[in-house]
Amino acid sequence: MLGNTDLTRLIFGRLTLESIPYHEPILVATFIAVAIGGGAVLGALTYFRLWGYLWKEWFTSVDHKRIGVMYIVLAIIMLLRGFADAIMMRTQQALAFNGSEGFLPAHHYDQVFTAHGVIMIFFVAMPLIVGIMNIVVPLQIGARDVAFPFLNNFSFWMTAGGVILIMASLFIGEFARTGWLAFPPLADAANSPGVGVDYYIWGLQIAGVGTLLSGVNFLVTIIKMRATGMTMMRMPIFTWTSLCTNILIVASFPVLTAVLALLSLDRYAGTHFFTNDLGGNSMMYFNLIWIWGHPEVYILILPAFGVFSEVTSTFSGKRLFGYTSMVYATVVITILAYLVWLHHFFTMGNGASVNSFFGITTMIISIPTGAKIFNWLFTMYNGRVRFELPMMWTIAFLVTFTLGGMTGVLLAVPPVDFVVHNSLFLVAHFHNVIIGGVLFGMFAAINYWFPKAFGFKLDVFWGKVSFWFWVIGFYFAFMPLYVLGLMGVTRRLRVFHDPSLHIWFIIAAFGAALIAVGIGAFLMQIFVSIRNREKLADTTGDPWDGRTLEWATSSPPPHYNFAFTPVVHSLDTYADMKKRGFERPMEGFRPIHMPKNTGAGVVIAALATICGFALIWYIWWLAALSFVAMLAAVIAHTFNYDRDYYIPADEVAASERAFADTLAARS
Amino acid sequence: MSEQYGAAPLRPFRLLALLSLPFVLSACNSPLLFPDGDIAARQRDMLLIATGLMLIIIIPVIFMSLYFPWRYRASNKATPYDSEWDHSTKLELVIWTGPLLIIIVLGAVTWVGTHLLDPFRPLDKITTSEKVALHENPLEVQVVAMNWKWLFIYPQYGVASINELAAPVDRPIRFDLTAESVMNAFYIPTMAGMIYSMPGMETKLHAVMNTPGAYDGFASHYNGAGFSDMNFKFYSQNEQDFDAWIQNLKDSNRTLDKKTYLELAKPSEAVPVEYFSSVDKDLYSRILGMCVHDGKLCMQQIMQIDAGAAEPGKTVTIDQLKYQTYDLDKYGHGKEQDEAQGATAPATNREPHSDETNGGGEPAGEDSIAPPQLND
Repeated sequence: MLGNTDLTRLIFGRLTLESIPYHEPILVATFIAVAIGGGAVLGALTYFRLWGYLWKEWFTSVDHKRIGVMYIVLAIIMLLRGFADAIMMRTQQALAFNGSEGFLPAHHYDQVFTAHGVIMIFFVAMPLIVGIMNIVVPLQIGARDVAFPFLNNFSFWMTAGGVILIMASLFIGEFARTGWLAFPPLADAANSPGVGVDYYIWGLQIAGVGTLLSGVNFLVTIIKMRATGMTMMRMPIFTWTSLCTNILIVASFPVLTAVLALLSLDRYAGTHFFTNDLGGNSMMYFNLIWIWGHPEVYILILPAFGVFSEVTSTFSGKRLFGYTSMVYATVVITILAYLVWLHHFFTMGNGASVNSFFGITTMIISIPTGAKIFNWLFTMYNGRVRFELPMMWTIAFLVTFTLGGMTGVLLAVPPVDFVVHNSLFLVAHFHNVIIGGVLFGMFAAINYWFPKAFGFKLDVFWGKVSFWFWVIGFYFAFMPLYVLGLMGVTRRLRVFHDPSLHIWFIIAAFGAALIAVGIGAFLMQIFVSIRNREKLADTTGDPWDGRTLEWATSSPPPHYNFAFTPVVHSLDTYADMKKRGFERPMEGFRPIHMPKNTGAGVVIAALATICGFALIWYIWWLAALSFVAMLAAVIAHTFNYDRDYYIPADEVAASERAFADTLAARS
Repeated sequence: MSEQYGAAPLRPFRLLALLSLPFVLSACNSPLLFPDGDIAARQRDMLLIATGLMLIIIIPVIFMSLYFPWRYRASNKATPYDSEWDHSTKLELVIWTGPLLIIIVLGAVTWVGTHLLDPFRPLDKITTSEKVALHENPLEVQVVAMNWKWLFIYPQYGVASINELAAPVDRPIRFDLTAESVMNAFYIPTMAGMIYSMPGMETKLHAVMNTPGAYDGFASHYNGAGFSDMNFKFYSQNEQDFDAWIQNLKDSNRTLDKKTYLELAKPSEAVPVEYFSSVDKDLYSRILGMCVHDGKLCMQQIMQIDAGAAEPGKTVTIDQLKYQTYDLDKYGHGKEQDEAQGATAPATNREPHSDETNGGGEPAGEDSIAPPQLND
């Protein structure tokens, strides 16, 4: 095709013009839309000369608050992509009846459901969680930044690198057609010979490095950098849940890295870890991936539990009920998270005793979870509940998550699981807990902490529109799936032969359309809020009458967060300070030691991404080159001694005085 | 016009009736809630027991989740307010022990139910209704999940079928399940829960049907491009009908030998029903041992050698251990069409077909070394 085949193979690996899906109209249209939209954004950035600003103030920033914002922006972009996949699936399943094949061929549909799962878990839920932790944790513990600020920036860019690879698979080659956990033997070289699974492997490996490092980072930050007097049992509950989540990350992500490394050895080097023959065993992959996969579920939900605790306490104007039992419940969940993985494959032929053991450990998790729910309820008891947006999301969560928890316990009973495993009942269950738990939690968190991060509140009207469409849309989209699951309908089917199922799929598709409006309203909420930012401004730093330390700073907080490290005397530190008539110190400022921005994270992550791309396409020379360059960049960065600076005392004094003046002007 | 006006008041009701019809129909349509097999019925009972136990706590929680925020809303100054109230030992005790007690009960039910309904466990009086013929030999069915169709072998009758299964009512059935190349799950919702079928491994499922009829069975673990059409009909029949069905298979005059099997194993989708009047005696054990191709060492032999129970004989080559799979095209479908055209292989820039299967010995269709099999 391009003259000398050997030479082109040497240069381009298995990347050829054929790999570009220009013959698939859906992808071409998507590409044109992305090209126009992306071109417009890039053009606007160039026109308004924002590149320098973005590079200096954001991309290279080591400020935890800015990195947090970048994580959330990334998550919202990927939410749009993951949701586009969801809409395509719902449309396909609503159309493919009465002999119709729908509009997606198997090759495309199977990629769509795989990409949807991968994107929603790894590139929406995870960045949201890490983003919120970034913005909130250092402020809550009275720290000036995380323990390893450069690592934090690097982690973000590795996550972004994973995103770039996953998005590249849309227009260059294909994505995996294996389901979101890429089970072999379906995912091995014999049954998935294309680049799809390789995109999956390298996308997750690169993003996984970022996640693991940010886990280490937060673990150290929370253990070592708490303000004076903040003992473990005086930590805000969100920080507690973050601590447990990061313990889970540090202990479980290496398993994912290892199992994907074994799978890539099978695919690249011809080993036989998970193949059918030569002693390989794919059941081992099931076990290993779920030993990561189940803790992953708790990695996502624990910080959301933390958010609900903070929100319920703040908007009930009360201390959190049962703080101690809340902490122990969190720790128990963290430990039990490792003892339940087998419930994902009761049907693989395990013995009855093994199945019962894992079924019962799974049910036991519902006890601390139930205790948490009661604690939130009794936090509202004898309170003054204000129905602000974060509180609305919390109430929606309580109702929705309880239902999801119930179906979860049902699935934990092995004989019940035998009939609903791999069915739409299961799909409904995990969307019930992930949307009803994690996503509602993240919306609560975004509405709650947005004024802290940006200095103005989010618009209430569009927030409510988004809320109602999301919640009602959720019930329309997923309750029919419970029914379909009870009718014996398996997940991941592309066409259906039983016309009596049709109506339920139409209702589910309608629900997805409602959620689409909810997402649109959420974007509108941000847009309107930015436009009305003067009117929505928060000059107090404490718009909700908050109880924890982050509300003691201005909104947005200065780079250094706290001019003086606070001294903590009790739980709900800031509520305690307000009660005791705390006054801001106005003198005695000292220069503040801060980390300097660096571009090294962007460079190393970019090289890692190029290396991943080269490995996917067998472009060996580029893989070797970018890998060596990556090592060189890492070593070069260690010689960069110009890493820190001091904010002069005058500057600190000036910014503290400015904040004090705005506070005084208000009162 | 006038007709339309006259009909207008009724229209919403008609619409409502029309809309509610499918809901009512589909509720009775649920093979999980109204199953026709004892095992599925027991599993349904477990579902109901667990749901009932959970509702003891779920209903009050949902009620409180809505009632508490409403009652303690900021505008309602009539309720007490105590910003410092954050602990009550009595309440904490209830909060932790309530769920704990329910889980103890549910855990006990689970332990017993899981053991009784273990798919590997033969049926007995506890798990089946009275009319089940427990004294009879169970019907044995060997199930092979292939890309993308089901092969059912009836060793007691020496026959086999593709994508159609039948069994006499009230006679226990024992399924031995394996797969050809990828993981699958075998599921007849109305009969019993699903079980994975996996290459090189065997799982078992014991079940029984209680009412005659035609039911749906399918693959319930995603397995590639042909997944959606990997269904079959399951006929639960009285004794005479079942005998007639077996006779039908016997009349087909087709032999399922190694050669036919390897031809059959090529990936294909939406495969029509096929019957085989006779089956090679050792075919299933060879499928399970992944050694249907000549010159391959069976898993059973490898395990014996590994256990020191047998000598490898002469030197074992790596080719004897490699399992030969069928290539898929770049869209994940079977490759047959491509081979017919021939010219597309270089364009996809992949190795020609023959290169990739080089290690696997002779191509599938040409194993003339195979001993002639008995034909009827």
